[in-house]
Amino acid sequence: MIALDHLTKRYGRFVALDDVSLELGDSGVTALLGPNGAGKSTLFGIVGRLLGPDAGTVTVDGLDVARAQSAELARTLAVLRQDAHVTARLTVMDLVEFGRFPHSRGRLTEEDRQHIERALGYLELGDLRDRFLDELSGGQRQRAFIAMVLAQDTKYVLLDEPLNNLDLRHMADMMKLIRRLADDLGKAVIVVLHDVNFAARYADRIVALRDGRVVADAGVAEFMTPHVLQSVYGAHVDVREVDGTPVALYYS
Amino acid sequence: MRIDAKTGVRVGVLAVAVLALAAVYLFTNVPGSLAYALRIRGLALGAMAVVAVAVGASTVIFHTITGNRVLTPSIMGFDSFYMLVSTVVVFVSGGVAFLRADATVMWGIQVAVMVAFATLLFTWLFGGKRRSLHLMLLVGIVLGTFFRALTEWLQRMLDPLDFQILSDTAFASMTRPDPTLLALSAAVVVLACAATVALLRTLDVLALGRETAVGLGVNHRRVVLILFVLISVMVAASTALVGPILFFGLIVANLAYSLAGTFRHRWTVPTAALLGLGSLLAGQIILERVFGFGSSLSVIIEFAGGLFFLYLVLRKGAR
Repeated sequence: MIALDHLTKRYGRFVALDDVSLELGDSGVTALLGPNGAGKSTLFGIVGRLLGPDAGTVTVDGLDVARAQSAELARTLAVLRQDAHVTARLTVMDLVEFGRFPHSRGRLTEEDRQHIERALGYLELGDLRDRFLDELSGGQRQRAFIAMVLAQDTKYVLLDEPLNNLDLRHMADMMKLIRRLADDLGKAVIVVLHDVNFAARYADRIVALRDGRVVADAGVAEFMTPHVLQSVYGAHVDVREVDGTPVALYYS
Repeated sequence: MRIDAKTGVRVGVLAVAVLALAAVYLFTNVPGSLAYALRIRGLALGAMAVVAVAVGASTVIFHTITGNRVLTPSIMGFDSFYMLVSTVVVFVSGGVAFLRADATVMWGIQVAVMVAFATLLFTWLFGGKRRSLHLMLLVGIVLGTFFRALTEWLQRMLDPLDFQILSDTAFASMTRPDPTLLALSAAVVVLACAATVALLRTLDVLALGRETAVGLGVNHRRVVLILFVLISVMVAASTALVGPILFFGLIVANLAYSLAGTFRHRWTVPTAALLGLGSLLAGQIILERVFGFGSSLSVIIEFAGGLFFLYLVLRKGAR
């Protein structure tokens, strides 16, 4: 369980997170929604120990993120930031091997190699393993990073806007993949999304942030009502059901 | 695997070439007694090795930490700081006392002051919350200018003789090192390298950028602080031994990246050191035996390095 306890973060006078208490990662896919500047990336930054909070604590399975050994946390929780890119010239294989760093500090064992092969196979990157990252398409590169996270073999996986820079088909593929990470591999995936309809179709639970506060936290059916959406986006949004999935019509 | 094998062959060939150059430097063109020549040249070779390893390794590490390949650690004003310390010592104690002073003491002062200064600056500007490369650059340039101005001001009030003595220290000289200083510098650089070896694999992860490195369980802040201290120690030891060197590391590191063809530091760091030693030896041999003038190798290297720096900057700008 990832437990956020009275978390507050300010940038100067701007309050990015305002006394947020939340439990994440119980199971399945949790989508984190909210307008720009709502505090989603700040929340990920603190959980991923890239930022320190001004107040409050985050614990992952009882480990205090601010105090625990960085390597120990990296074996429990993997974070993929948005627009992750690398200046060094690496192959897909190199990148995926780095996923094992928290376990073996760079000296790969037989077990590490199995994890790497499994991750490559799962993301269908076997044929691309010797290609350099800068020779891949955006979707392929995104998959290579997910493979690294998968090789990390953690219980929790945090993905920050994994749909960025993907075209429609790859967006759907990515969401199906995220679904499979939860269903087949039993991972608790927490994913920041922009489009409420992707969340409604693929997530189990939706948490919405606005102005640094949690304004809604519910299952899909409960979340996808005009009343809740109004409170999140501050505008009236119609909801229709299409083939059993609620769809928000925010275009009007 | 494939890439590692290819890199291994290239680095092996490079190592053999450097050994051959060292042999040529030591054993050919001996005018008188071989034993005497070997002693003199052995010392010069030692100084070149210390400088090559210190400058090569520190530049590669600096590039990885800052995520930028157009800089060298000396951007923080090592050269101007070194001159300031020398000038202050001459100013306070006089040139003759400076020459007569125990070289070891002077070396110790230079190293201690430079390490303290650089570590402080690096950690303040890069280890803290801001971590801005641009801020670090600007502060480095401003401090460099400030130190130079201060140095000039002090020099203007110097005795002409003292000034002459001081001027000799302004350019790196590798051919006549003091044996004690050489031993001290070598010991310091070897220790720093031993510490670096333990961090080579972590350096590979740092090359992925801070966010990914932290995600993979690297204690970024602590590791970067340790590396900055190691860089400072290496650069300070090299500078205190032979004087300031600015652009040399830049050529060596960038050539090493191309030659090694991998991002892995267990290859790039030794390659940079080998390339450094090779180019120093080759330059010294050509200078001594072809052009027949002795001791201003550093001037030529800095000239070539400066041109290379301009080339890198212009090429980046053109993109």
